[in-house]
Amino acid sequence: MAKTLVQEFTKGLWAEIPPFRLVLGLCPTLGVTTSMKNGLGMGLATTFVLVFSNILVSLMRNLIPSKVRIACFIIIIATFVIVVELLMQAYAYALFQTLGVFIPLIVVNCIVLGRAEAFASKNGLLASTADGLGIGIGFSLSLAALGAVREIIGTGMFFGYSLFGPNYKPFTFMIQAPGAFVALGLMLCLMNLVGKK
Amino acid sequence: MREMIKMVVVLTVLSAVSGGLLAYLRTATAAQIERQELEFVKGPAIRQILEGAANDPVNDRFKIDVDGKPRSFFVGVFDGTPSTVAFEVTGKGFADAIGLMVAVNVETDKLAGVAVTTHKETPGLGARAKEDPSFTAQFKGLPVDKPVQVSKDGGSISALSGATITSRGVCAAATDALSQYRELKPRILEKVKGFKK
Repeated sequence: MAKTLVQEFTKGLWAEIPPFRLVLGLCPTLGVTTSMKNGLGMGLATTFVLVFSNILVSLMRNLIPSKVRIACFIIIIATFVIVVELLMQAYAYALFQTLGVFIPLIVVNCIVLGRAEAFASKNGLLASTADGLGIGIGFSLSLAALGAVREIIGTGMFFGYSLFGPNYKPFTFMIQAPGAFVALGLMLCLMNLVGKK
Repeated sequence: MREMIKMVVVLTVLSAVSGGLLAYLRTATAAQIERQELEFVKGPAIRQILEGAANDPVNDRFKIDVDGKPRSFFVGVFDGTPSTVAFEVTGKGFADAIGLMVAVNVETDKLAGVAVTTHKETPGLGARAKEDPSFTAQFKGLPVDKPVQVSKDGGSISALSGATITSRGVCAAATDALSQYRELKPRILEKVKGFKK
């Protein structure tokens, strides 16, 4: 039992890491990763929603009639998304301002609904929690990494500190929307190269 | 039939619980969110239009009940006298409501300045109402007894190019603020008089 729990957790960190392995949830991935801080903030918000929606869906999996299960999942997910939005507004307003419209969009993030449908509705409480945590942390790490790459190349800064000195000309393309696609593609390519060996 | 009833019951109960939880959380966080907005959204706008005030206008505020609702007024002290008050109104923008902080000099009855607080206008077009100081600078010094209009409508404000609707919305909000000011002036003066620093 313990071993499978660990497996449920760790699969989200590499084998099924979103958005690279499961190419899902691309909207926030491309939209908010202009800096590492934004990517991480978005990732953690999604993790919160993912873990709690997984827990609740798993607890209610025998209660929810299969014909209306998607509607039930969406209610559960939407509730936690608004919880995150209100809490972020109350305690992390600066982050709320930069993430803005992407917070309510967590509702339609395929990863969250995907985990509810594919995993939590068929598995027990502990396994679902481990799954939510693993996938959520994997997603956070991916967004943070993508954000870091775009921030370093696109602005020459990292967490607000200049890295390459004043002579570095920022490659601003990387922090604009098209740069997100290029960065994502290159990172996917890199992961596939590593995974092949 | 039984399945039908189960679906209805599950969905209803789930929605009700979710609604109740969110309503509770909303009331619980309302005060904190208001404080955050004051600091991050209204604060910068107030400090911008009351630049050079000897006090901190964000802290020096009073409330007046308008139509049963308390509204905040921020006082700016210039040359030793609390001569300017700022308050927020909303106007209709292109995408959504526009929040406008309006400052009026109570001694000369002239607009002391305006600044956009919240908006969802198009970046690069309407959003410049907040970002372009030369647009809002035009409002400074206008008399309070005339409606504020864009030049197309016979007024003195030259609209942001490509964003006439936003410009009109800001003007309408300013006009609205001025008529509210004229109506509330006796009460504002009373409060300002009692304001000792």
